[in-house]
Amino acid sequence: MPKRTLQLVVAAGGAALALAACGGTSQQPPGGGVPTPAAPPSSSSPAAVDTTTIAIANFAFTPAVIRVKAGATVTWTNLDQDAHTVAISGSPVSPPLQNADTYSRTFDQPGTYSYLCTLHPTMRGMVVVTAE
Amino acid sequence: MTHEIDRRGFLRCMAWAGTGAVWTVSGGLLSGCSLGAPAANKPAAPRTSDLSFVQISDSHIGFKGAANQDVTGTFGLAIDQINALGARPAFVMHTGDLTHTSTPEQFDTVKQMLGTIHAGGVFQVPGEHDAATGDDRAYLGVFGKGAVGNGYFSFEQHGVHFLALVNAVGTLGMGHLGKDQLDWIQKDLAGLSSDTPIVVFAHIPLYAMYPTWGWSTDDAVQALSMMKRFGAVTALNGHVHQVMSKVEGNVTFHTATSTAYPQPKPGEAANPGPVTVPAPQLHQVLGVTEVRYAAKKSQVAVIDTPLRP
Repeated sequence: MPKRTLQLVVAAGGAALALAACGGTSQQPPGGGVPTPAAPPSSSSPAAVDTTTIAIANFAFTPAVIRVKAGATVTWTNLDQDAHTVAISGSPVSPPLQNADTYSRTFDQPGTYSYLCTLHPTMRGMVVVTAE
Repeated sequence: MTHEIDRRGFLRCMAWAGTGAVWTVSGGLLSGCSLGAPAANKPAAPRTSDLSFVQISDSHIGFKGAANQDVTGTFGLAIDQINALGARPAFVMHTGDLTHTSTPEQFDTVKQMLGTIHAGGVFQVPGEHDAATGDDRAYLGVFGKGAVGNGYFSFEQHGVHFLALVNAVGTLGMGHLGKDQLDWIQKDLAGLSSDTPIVVFAHIPLYAMYPTWGWSTDDAVQALSMMKRFGAVTALNGHVHQVMSKVEGNVTFHTATSTAYPQPKPGEAANPGPVTVPAPQLHQVLGVTEVRYAAKKSQVAVIDTPLRP
């Protein structure tokens, strides 16, 4: 019985969709109307935070921008159920991180290192490495 | 009961049965249909079916989380359900995210389990989780045989032309087919008569379902524009872990449920990702999709059935 109830809910949603379609007017241009992708979060806007630990939570790297001294080791911890990766430009991609997995990387050279999650590339972050 | 509508290129009505969505394509034209109560728990569908196949999706073998603590078990249930169908399907298509983190062990498990399916063939396209770090060599090593480029291919069954596309590997935020694959699609379709029914499989939806979450394919329009001359195109996708349908012009879009865990409806959460439902409800939000084609009448029925625990 619970199964049927759920199906009816799904069916009702479908009916609403069908009615909208039956109206004969489509709000979208023919052929799919794929819009431009949402702009990725700007990695330069948030202020850099002095920390070596980054949480991956709710499909975001937090803090998105950190500042560390050369030689520091930065650790990412995935708090989401879904898997994520840390792909730092110019470096091999981290292994996929399951929930509670961590990934660490030592930054020896000063510079600005941007990174993203290869599974969800709108997730972006940046590590700013300053001279000791 | 069906009632057919003869105006080209326009969806006039679409009705849903308790067990799933049923569309009718008649003479290459989409028709509305209304269904009575399904008899004896059998999904309502065209009475004569020359071809039936099954779509499964998003099994995420290797997933560890509260949303499903036994993804191998629920994938097994989906396979049991396929093997219990009255008629053996012509083939089974898995529309990607076979694995969660694309390890050799996960691919091995998937391959062994797919091998237990009773069907005329088993096919698959990759999802982004099958190349989690952007590297698809493990996927192609197991499943790439006979495919073109990074894993796409086409085949025919009962006069229906099937395209299996790759739009989830090495992308930058949403689905992407790429120029090489678009060129291949153009060549692949070139010799086909315009009355050939076309079915397109790909992991990520081939329309802008919800681009904010990457639930879109940025160059799908180019692929679909190559299919405008065909009377009926059916695009069957996964990725979003829920049934969503849409008809636009000559294309019917349909996404399948996952065999692993549900995701939020577009925009109804801060972000996509696994949703944990109370354990007794899990099977009801997972499922398999059966598609039946009556080639002579060009009728297609898409039937989504929840997993039976």
